[in-house]
Amino acid sequence: MKANELDQIRSVIKTNKRADLIFALAGFLALMVGVMAFVTLFGEMLANGWERINPDFFSNFPSRRAANAGILSAWVGSLLVMLVTALSAIPLGIAAGVYLEEYAPKNWMTDLIEINVTNLAGVPSIVYGLLALGVFVYTFGFGQSILTAGLTLGLLILPVVIVSTREALRAIPIHIREGAYGVGATQWQVVSDHLVPYATPGIMTGVIIGMSRAIGETAPIITIGALTFIAFLPPSPITDTAPFLNFEWLFSGFTVMPIQMFNWTSRPEEAFQQNAAAAGLILVLMTLMMNAIAIWLRYRLRKSISW
Amino acid sequence: MNSIPATTVVSDRLARNVQRNIRERAIESILFGAALVSVLTTLGIVWVLVSESLNFFEHVPFSDFLTDTMWTPLFSEPRYGILPLLMGTITTSLVALVVAIPLGTVIAAYLSEFASARVREIVKPFLELLGGIPTIVYGYFALTVVTPVLQAIYPDLPGFSMLSAGLVMGIAIVPYISSLTEDAMRAVPMSLREGAYGMGSTRFQTAIRVVIPAALSGVLSAYILGISRAVGETMIVAVAAGMQPNFTMDPTEPAQTISAYIVQVALGDLPHGSIGYQSIFAAGLSLMLMTLLFNILGHVIRRRYREAY
Amino acid sequence: MSTTEQNLPVKAFTRDFNFYYGSFHALKSINLPVIEKHVTALIGPSGCGKSTLLRSFNRMHDLYPGNRYQGEIVLNPDNTNILDTRVDPIEVRMRVGMVFQKPNPFPKSIYENVAYGLRVRGEKSRSMLDDKIEDALRGASLWNEVKDRLNQPATALSGGQQQRLCIARCLATDPELLLFDEPTSALDPIATANIEELVTQLRDRVTILIVTHNMQQAARVSHYTAYMYLGEVVEYGITDEVFLRPKKKETEDYITGRFG
Repeated sequence: MKANELDQIRSVIKTNKRADLIFALAGFLALMVGVMAFVTLFGEMLANGWERINPDFFSNFPSRRAANAGILSAWVGSLLVMLVTALSAIPLGIAAGVYLEEYAPKNWMTDLIEINVTNLAGVPSIVYGLLALGVFVYTFGFGQSILTAGLTLGLLILPVVIVSTREALRAIPIHIREGAYGVGATQWQVVSDHLVPYATPGIMTGVIIGMSRAIGETAPIITIGALTFIAFLPPSPITDTAPFLNFEWLFSGFTVMPIQMFNWTSRPEEAFQQNAAAAGLILVLMTLMMNAIAIWLRYRLRKSISW
Repeated sequence: MNSIPATTVVSDRLARNVQRNIRERAIESILFGAALVSVLTTLGIVWVLVSESLNFFEHVPFSDFLTDTMWTPLFSEPRYGILPLLMGTITTSLVALVVAIPLGTVIAAYLSEFASARVREIVKPFLELLGGIPTIVYGYFALTVVTPVLQAIYPDLPGFSMLSAGLVMGIAIVPYISSLTEDAMRAVPMSLREGAYGMGSTRFQTAIRVVIPAALSGVLSAYILGISRAVGETMIVAVAAGMQPNFTMDPTEPAQTISAYIVQVALGDLPHGSIGYQSIFAAGLSLMLMTLLFNILGHVIRRRYREAY
Repeated sequence: MSTTEQNLPVKAFTRDFNFYYGSFHALKSINLPVIEKHVTALIGPSGCGKSTLLRSFNRMHDLYPGNRYQGEIVLNPDNTNILDTRVDPIEVRMRVGMVFQKPNPFPKSIYENVAYGLRVRGEKSRSMLDDKIEDALRGASLWNEVKDRLNQPATALSGGQQQRLCIARCLATDPELLLFDEPTSALDPIATANIEELVTQLRDRVTILIVTHNMQQAARVSHYTAYMYLGEVVEYGITDEVFLRPKKKETEDYITGRFG
C-alpha cells in the first residue's frame, strides 16, 4: 500500500467517524428528551402539588372547596378495585398460561387462542370499557360498581399475565419436567409441585407490571360510567356480626385515583390543579414503585438462574 | 392377525386408575376454560360493539356516518358524521408519530449498537418506568406544562390543541416503539455485524446500512404497533386536545378524537338505549377496526418477513 | 523490509503476541510471519486458538468487552503495529479483509453486497462501482453465475455462492491481507472444492491467512503451515515440510491422526 492510499483511507475514516459521532450525540440527545420530559413532569407535579400532600388530603372526601378536598374515596376505591382485579386476573391468567404452555395440543383451537391473546394485548383500553358497559353493567346487571371495574381491568391485564406466565414456564428446562415425571408424577403434579412454584418470580413480574398498568387506567373506568364525585365509602367488607364478611362493597359506587385526578385536571380553577398535581404525584409514585419492584425482581431472577 | 397379545398396551395399568385419570382430565378442562376466557372476551367485544352499532345504524344511514362532516349527536338537531372525530384521531396520531418514530428509532439504535452494557442496564429500566406512567398524568402534563410552553412560542395557540396532546402522546409512546425496535435490532445476528465491522465500517454505518435493513420487518412492525397505540390512546387527548369535534387537520386547533368522544358521553348521564348511548359503540367499533387493522398488519409483517438469518 | 530465510517479503508478523479473554490466557507469545502473496494456513485441534489468532489480525476482538491484546502484530510495508492503541481498528479492517466461518451476506442485493466496502469508503461513481464489482465477482469466480441477477437478494444464493460472494465483497476493496476463518466448514464438498480452487487462484495476487480444521485442505491450498496447540504455535514451516517431515512429535501425532 502506497502512502497516498493510506492517507486517502484515513481521510475517509475521518469523515465516517464524524457521522458516527453525530449519531451518537443524536442518540444521547434523544435519551435526554425522555429524561427531560420525566424530570419536568415530575418536578412540575412536585412543585405544584407538594403542599397539598398532608394527612388530611388522604382522609378527606372530595369537596367543592379545593382546599378541603381529599382523595379518601379515591384511594379506597382504587384499593378495592385492584383487589377484584388481582383476584380475577391472577388465577385466570396463570391457568390460561399453564394451559397454553403445558397442556395445549397443536391444533386450530390453540392457534386461535394464541392469536387472540396477542390481539387482545393491542385492543385500546377504552374498548374494554365499552365491553364492560354492554356486558357487565347492563347484561349481567352488575351496575357501575367496584365489581364491574375490577373485572374490566382484570380482563385488560389478562394478556400481560398470560404472556409472562408462558415465558416463565418456557424458561424452565425440560429436564426438570422429566425429573418429576421420572418419579411417577402426574401432569398436574408436575405443574403444581414444580413448574408453577419455579416460575413464580417471572409470573410475579408480569402480574406487578399488569397491576401497575391497571391502577393508572382511566378510560375504561370512565366508560362504565363511574361517578367522578363520590363522597362516601363502600360498605366495609368486614362486619362485627356473623358471618363477619360482607360482599355489598362489590356492588357499591366508587371512584378511583386516576378518575379523581382527571376530575380535578378538567376544572379551570388553579386550586384544583394543585389537587390534580398532588393526586398525580401519588399515582406516579405508586406506579413507579410497582414497576421498580418488577424490574428488580426480573433483574434478580436473571442473576440467580441456576438450572 | 390376532396373535398380538393385549399386553402391548404398556400404560394399561396406569390408565386403570380411574379416579386419578378423571381428576387429571377435570383439571385440564378447568385450565382450558381459563384459556377460553380470552376468546370469550374477544367475542364479547365484537358482540357488544356490533349489536349496539346495528341499533345505531337503524337510526342513522351508514352513508351519513361515513360522509357527513358534522358530529353533533347530543344536539337537538343531531348529525352523525364520523369524519371530524376521525380527523382528530388521525391528526393527533400523526403528531405523536412525528415525535415518537424518530426518537424511538434513534434511541433503539443507540442502545443496540452504540451504548455499553452498563449504559443499557441503566437506560432500559428508565424507559420502562417512563412507559409505565399513567396516561392521565401525561394528559395533565400536556395541559399544564406543554401547552403553556407552546403558547409562549405561538401566542395564538388555543388552550386545547391537537399539537400539544400529540406531542405528549408521542413522548408517551417512545418507550414502546424504542423497546420493540431495539428487540428487532438485537435479534440481528452478530455475524452480520462482524461482516460489516470486518470491512472497516463505523458503528453508524453498521447500524444504518446493515442492522436496520436486516431488522426492517421488526422495525416496521414496531412502528405500526405504535400507530395502533396512538390511535387508541384516550386520556391525553381527552384532557389536552379539547372536546369539540372539529373538521380539520390543522394541529394547532382543538379537536375531539373518537376515544375522547366516548369519554365525553360516558361522563354525562345518557340513558341506556338512547341513540347517544348507541353512538359511542359505533365510535368504538370504528376505533376497534382501525387498531385491529394496524395490529394485524404489524403482526403479519413481523411474521411473514421474519428474516431468515 | 523483513524477509524469511528464503528472502521472501513478509506482509505481516506477530511478535510476542498474547491474547486474553478476560482472565483466560488464550494465545501465548506467538511469533508468526505471514509471507506476502502466499497462503499461510493455521491448523490445530478445536480450541487451540487458531481462530482467535486470525481474528486478532483485523481487531475483531475489539467488538467485545473484556478482551485484551499484548505484544505486536506488525503490518508491512509501513511497519505499523496494528495493536497499538493509537492505530484505529477501522483503518486496520479497511486494509485487512475477512471471510467468516458461516457465509454472512448482508440482507441486500448481490450488487449492494459487493458494493458495500466501496460505499463505506465513500465511493459514489456508478461506473466505477460497476467496474470494480464485476472485477471482484470475476475474481471470486461468481460473475458468470450472477451477472444476470445482480439485483436479486444475496440470501437467495446457495451456501457456496454466498461464501464466494463474501469473498468478492472483500476483493472489491483490494485488501492487503485476506483472512479466512474456516471458510468451508459450513459448506458441502462441491462448494468446498470451489472455494479451495478459488483460494488457489487468488494466492498469487493476495496475501492469505487461512484457518482450517481440515488438514487435507491446508495441504492442498497453503504454502506455509503453522500447527497450533493450547494457544501456542508448536511448529511453523513450508507446508510440505510440516506435513511430510514434521520436526515435532506433537505435530506428527496430529497430522497422522494419532492425536488425543
